[in-house]
Amino acid sequence: MIAIIDYGVGNLFSLTASLRYLGAEAVVTGKKEDIEAADRIILPGVGAFEDAIAKLRDTGLVETIVNETAKGKPLLGICLGMQLLFQESREYGVHEGLGLIKGVIAPIDEDLKAEGIEGLKVPHIGWNALSFESDEPLFKYIKQGDCVYYVHSFYGKDCEESIIASSMYGIRITGAVRNGKVYGTQFHPEKSGEVGLNILKAFMEV
Amino acid sequence: MITKRIIPCLDVRNGRVVKGKNFEGIQDVSDPVEMARFYNREGADELVFYDITASVEERGLFTDILKRVASEIFIPLTVGGGINTLEDFDRVLKCGADKVSVNSGAIKNPDIIERAAKKYGDQCVVLSMDIKRVDGDFKLFAKGGRENTGVDALQWAKDGVERGAGELVVNSIDTDGVKGGFDLELQSEIAARVNVPIIASGGAGKMEDFSDLFKHKGMDAGLAASIFHYKEIRISDLKSYLKSQGVEVRL
Repeated sequence: MIAIIDYGVGNLFSLTASLRYLGAEAVVTGKKEDIEAADRIILPGVGAFEDAIAKLRDTGLVETIVNETAKGKPLLGICLGMQLLFQESREYGVHEGLGLIKGVIAPIDEDLKAEGIEGLKVPHIGWNALSFESDEPLFKYIKQGDCVYYVHSFYGKDCEESIIASSMYGIRITGAVRNGKVYGTQFHPEKSGEVGLNILKAFMEV
Repeated sequence: MITKRIIPCLDVRNGRVVKGKNFEGIQDVSDPVEMARFYNREGADELVFYDITASVEERGLFTDILKRVASEIFIPLTVGGGINTLEDFDRVLKCGADKVSVNSGAIKNPDIIERAAKKYGDQCVVLSMDIKRVDGDFKLFAKGGRENTGVDALQWAKDGVERGAGELVVNSIDTDGVKGGFDLELQSEIAARVNVPIIASGGAGKMEDFSDLFKHKGMDAGLAASIFHYKEIRISDLKSYLKSQGVEVRL
């Protein structure tokens, strides 16, 4: 069973529907026991980092999530859920994250500007080609260059040791990270068609 | 790099797709779920559903369809039609929509853009506009393009983005249905004023119209209805063609 963490952030319809479509048993939950009993955890999220991390802390589930992942239980953070796994975010101030992935969350537009790249819109919205480490289990059912769906204005950086996939948008955008069995995708697998379903399928097998 | 998006638009009334006639290759051309499956297989990058129903019963039928589509098709879904309040946003988002398109609702009450963007995020709010030239100026039209609001459309687009719209659907009434190509002048005028993705609508008649659109700066997506519904253009063929023209697309 997969525990999808419910902390009042985001729309979980497509995520639960896609897991159901794949034949997985998933429960949307804010209960410690469900997370402990599950064999996998998904941390979803859309919106602002500061608000989301506060809501997640308010649930009192952070300790459970950290403990379960320390025991080797696979976790997948999606979009803002991935960003929360990082050490800190520089989205409107500096905010501490869960620290499960070494690195920071930074604004895309500042780094585009720093590189002298003009004419790209932020948020980065749409389908972008993914290039990934070929031996990563999460990508065993997809091909290099397959497109995935992104919607975000901030991205993970200084995370070289964890980065397992990226897409180009003027700069190299972190597409996915992994530390042990803690995974994160900046893109939305539940909105990335067949490719996304294949990534979720692979996650259920890690 | 980010790919250019091809988006078919389905008008749904009383649980059926309007204009769903003469469509070969699928069993029930008026069933929105069947159509959505077909377009997903063809490589559509998103789907837009417009609810053009009039009654409460029909609205329930629409949200049921939306749920069925969102339960098996995992690409972005945008819903428009009859969106006037935050409750309307909530209703369709809970049924699996990812983005909500406002048009007349925002003309009546521009605050809805700001309030929805604050609650659901900018990425969720799509401002859809029907625009027509009147004495050489671009004017915003209401009521499905029947009524001139007198509002300067270019300013309306700019204001909408400042209020928090994350994407714009720019529909040109002048080119709509003519099949002579997108209204590149209008689209470019809007693109010059905003920094959010623009979904161009109105006028596509052949594959070259899409490549012409995407050669223009600031164009992110092309939306069309009847040319896809009547299979005058297959999305799979269109995307191969665009690729051959050097346009980045998802294949």
